[in-house]
Amino acid sequence: MKFLRRFFIRLTNLATGRRADQRLREEMAEHLALQTEENLRAGMSPTEARRQAALKLGAAQAIREHHHAEQSIPLAENFLLDLRFAFRMLYRSPGFSLVAIATMALGVGATTAIYSVIDATLLHPLPYPHPSELVRLEANLPGVGAHDVGVSIPELRDLQNSGIFQYVSLSFFGTNNLTGSAQPTSIVSKSVSPSYFAVLGADAQLGRTFDPHDATPGFNLEVVISDGLWKRAFGADPHILGKSLRLDNDLFHVVGVMPASFRDQGRNSDERSTDLWAAAGFYGDPAPPPMRGTRFPFETIARLQPGLSPLAAQGRLDALVASLKKQYPADYPPQAAWTIHLTPLAETLVGNVRQSLILLSGAVGLVLLISCVNVANLLLARASGRGREIAVRQALGAARTRLIRQLLTESLLLFVLGGITGFAVLFCARKFLLRFVPESLPRLNDISISWGVLAFAIVVSVAAGTIFGLAPAWLTSRLNLTVTLGQAGRGCNGSRQRSRLRRVLVIGELALSLVLMVAAGLLLRSFWDLFKVQLGFNPSRVMAIETSLPNPNDPKTDIYHTATQEAVLLREVLRRNRTIPGVEETAVSDRAAIPLGHGQNDRRAVPLFREGQEEQSSQPPLIDTSIVSPEYFRVLGMTVVRGRLFADQDLEATPLVAVINQAAARMYWPGKDGKGEDPVGKRVRLLGRLGRARPDWTTIVGVIADARTESLADSGIPQMYLDIYQRPAKFLAFYLRGQVDPAAIPAQVRTQIQSVDAELPVFRAETLDDVLSSSLSVRRFSMEMVALFAATALLLAGLGIYGTISFLVNEQSREIAIRLALGAQRRNILKMVLRQGLTLAAAGAGVGLVGALIVSHLMAGLLFGVSPYDLSTFAGVTAVLTAVAIAASYVPALRAMRLDPITTLHAE
Amino acid sequence: MKEKPDVLQGTLALMVLKTLDVLGPQHGYGIARRIEQISGDLLAVNQGTLYPLLLKLENEGSIASEWGASENNRRARFYRLTAAGRKQLREETRDWEQTAAIIARFFKVKAEDLP
Repeated sequence: MKFLRRFFIRLTNLATGRRADQRLREEMAEHLALQTEENLRAGMSPTEARRQAALKLGAAQAIREHHHAEQSIPLAENFLLDLRFAFRMLYRSPGFSLVAIATMALGVGATTAIYSVIDATLLHPLPYPHPSELVRLEANLPGVGAHDVGVSIPELRDLQNSGIFQYVSLSFFGTNNLTGSAQPTSIVSKSVSPSYFAVLGADAQLGRTFDPHDATPGFNLEVVISDGLWKRAFGADPHILGKSLRLDNDLFHVVGVMPASFRDQGRNSDERSTDLWAAAGFYGDPAPPPMRGTRFPFETIARLQPGLSPLAAQGRLDALVASLKKQYPADYPPQAAWTIHLTPLAETLVGNVRQSLILLSGAVGLVLLISCVNVANLLLARASGRGREIAVRQALGAARTRLIRQLLTESLLLFVLGGITGFAVLFCARKFLLRFVPESLPRLNDISISWGVLAFAIVVSVAAGTIFGLAPAWLTSRLNLTVTLGQAGRGCNGSRQRSRLRRVLVIGELALSLVLMVAAGLLLRSFWDLFKVQLGFNPSRVMAIETSLPNPNDPKTDIYHTATQEAVLLREVLRRNRTIPGVEETAVSDRAAIPLGHGQNDRRAVPLFREGQEEQSSQPPLIDTSIVSPEYFRVLGMTVVRGRLFADQDLEATPLVAVINQAAARMYWPGKDGKGEDPVGKRVRLLGRLGRARPDWTTIVGVIADARTESLADSGIPQMYLDIYQRPAKFLAFYLRGQVDPAAIPAQVRTQIQSVDAELPVFRAETLDDVLSSSLSVRRFSMEMVALFAATALLLAGLGIYGTISFLVNEQSREIAIRLALGAQRRNILKMVLRQGLTLAAAGAGVGLVGALIVSHLMAGLLFGVSPYDLSTFAGVTAVLTAVAIAASYVPALRAMRLDPITTLHAE
Repeated sequence: MKEKPDVLQGTLALMVLKTLDVLGPQHGYGIARRIEQISGDLLAVNQGTLYPLLLKLENEGSIASEWGASENNRRARFYRLTAAGRKQLREETRDWEQTAAIIARFFKVKAEDLP
């Protein structure tokens, strides 16, 4: 308490600049007067009395200093003095200050930008209470190579009752048609177990969420809507609760509105922008009866019991799985090796972006490091010019620690000013910069330049300033007084250590930028290879536009229940689309078939029973299927290599047909000798999503060439295409090929579709080229960023080497002048300086190559079509670095060569 | 000449407080004189060191000060004990006596007293 009181008074004095000097002087004068009087009374002469009084009081100046120190806080006061001095130093050499601050602004700004992205995505991916308790469950059948097969309702109940979790919830998201308002819209909706919101720990802003103990077998006809939908479709109606809305022709009533801050969890941006949640028990209409073997390929998320670690939970889960296997041997054949794997939800959401973000943060860390090294280098360079000043200070009695403190204050000021500048630039340009971030990045909307980010920027600058300011300050303050002062005006010859440190710093800079450039080069080549890859289909001049058909809970009310019913609509819309000016060809498919489109998650793996092979087996292989119209292959320019494509005579009443790609032919009909047998004519049974009892035979009629429709990086994914006139699809994409105006098309197609059925929403019109380019967005983003960082690094390294060589030339100017005076060839001088630059570059490249090998090995997963040890990239980058090093040393080398020996030696 | 022992910081503060307690408000010279007298000139307070200490005590709230007129009618700064200072003095006196008692007992003990 007393200590605090004293501290605050001193702090106030410091802040207000209050001085008690006058008071002390008066007190001391009075003291002396009284003492003198007393001495006089004791019989001393007046002079002696005064002298004795002064002696007894002690050294007046020392007392005043003590008094002042007590009055204020000397440490802080000195800091303020240092700071004022540091500002004056900055002001005195504006060029140096500007370069140093700009360099740091670059480093800290870039780091802070990447940090803000990582903060939103990696560090806080789940905006829910106790996010560490949230896990995702994935059931696998590794024995038959099936992953994420989902859980069945009895299994869900077992999990719920296991005591491992507070709540377990099934969910799947899709789209529904919201009709009744002016324009039918397709909204992203999620069918969830009633415990879904309890798992997330989220509550409604209006009304309520679902009762986690609700036991309605099918849909309970209650929905919770998002704040966005509430405002968009219902004008933020405060009396929304209890009102009904029509979803796919079924009536639901609204029981709750989620707050604006609530965002659903999910692995893609569609899912994260869910607008409506409907609760279902998944064991009554429209779901099949709850059988242990009827697994829903849905997402299972759960909230662990408090305090239970994911690892411990996995252990208990394994025990549960083992006991279930014993209890129901028929449902869990040992060869399938059923397991349930638990992953922290946060990890599963970031997924593939994680790697890219780690790469980016690594790259930006290197840029920061290089900027710091550069500024440290500048500080060292300036230090040699200030040798005299430091020597004089030392000669006047400044302690070394005091000098270091002062020099450190100067460098800290530079770093912090740089950091604040970087942050300010970032803050002003945030809108502009965010446009470069790909939309597929999770939680893009939550990226913000907040106080936390500012704190990060300042902490980084202070830490960097301390680390990189300390060494120069240490070396600067360490000099030999007599030598330095003795050199009188000749400029300090710089200590050996200082120039050694400068060389080390430059070598480090060069090495780091080489690492970055190699990373950028490899990414660039991967991207280029991906970009130039043979697609196997032709996306140019093709537009895709989506619609979706209602999927009511009661199939009897579905007017598009059978393929024949749907065919009427499809043929009419296709016919009308062909009449749009400029359209040459049209086709339709389900959403999953949009090449590289967002519907990839719909491309569900379907169990494949091959005739004569898996008929008895309960664990068939899985194959990705999509449903297309006969024209699909022609519109997309996919070529048939064997058999035929779909034809007009393939209808619901005729035998089911399928087309597969070459990869599927290779994988599933490899032939006895591995040479491949002709799959055309082979028959398979495809188990539907929810497992109809015994589906009809499907005959394979044709094989098409492999195309990269599912993944740009992989052409060899087995695919099976089914005929849309035989199997109805609810989520449709219409394709238009021809000379069309992408801006006008959506309205034109909407008119055509809605003149057939006015209840159908029409949305998401994209050219396939755009789809293709956005599928590369994360890769492009990380490539562009790393390339940008590498360029920055190269620039900084160039500046660093330029600075160091110039400095060396300056230091050696006397030596060079003497050599010239003694008749050295100017060309030799040039060579000598260039050699110094080259030596630095070679050392930097050597160290950098080792680092680059390690880094490229680590980033192998991000590469495509290029080896992480690609010789040409490594060689090219080294050549570029060497060229930059030579160019940067050339200017000071020229200056050295043109040195006039007479002037130089006279100046000494 | 044998040097007079220097006064420890903490002890000096205690002396200042006690002086003010006994004599009431005093100026710096008065306090210095008093300490010198009581210690029987054995203790040399370098009188100037008193002033930073007085400021510290004042900042801590143990004493307060104001201008007043000295014996010979000149402006002088008078220090007085505050309530907090009185409390501090009581506590420190007790502590000091305790310590002194313990030390005294140690000195008294002879080898044969030990069991």
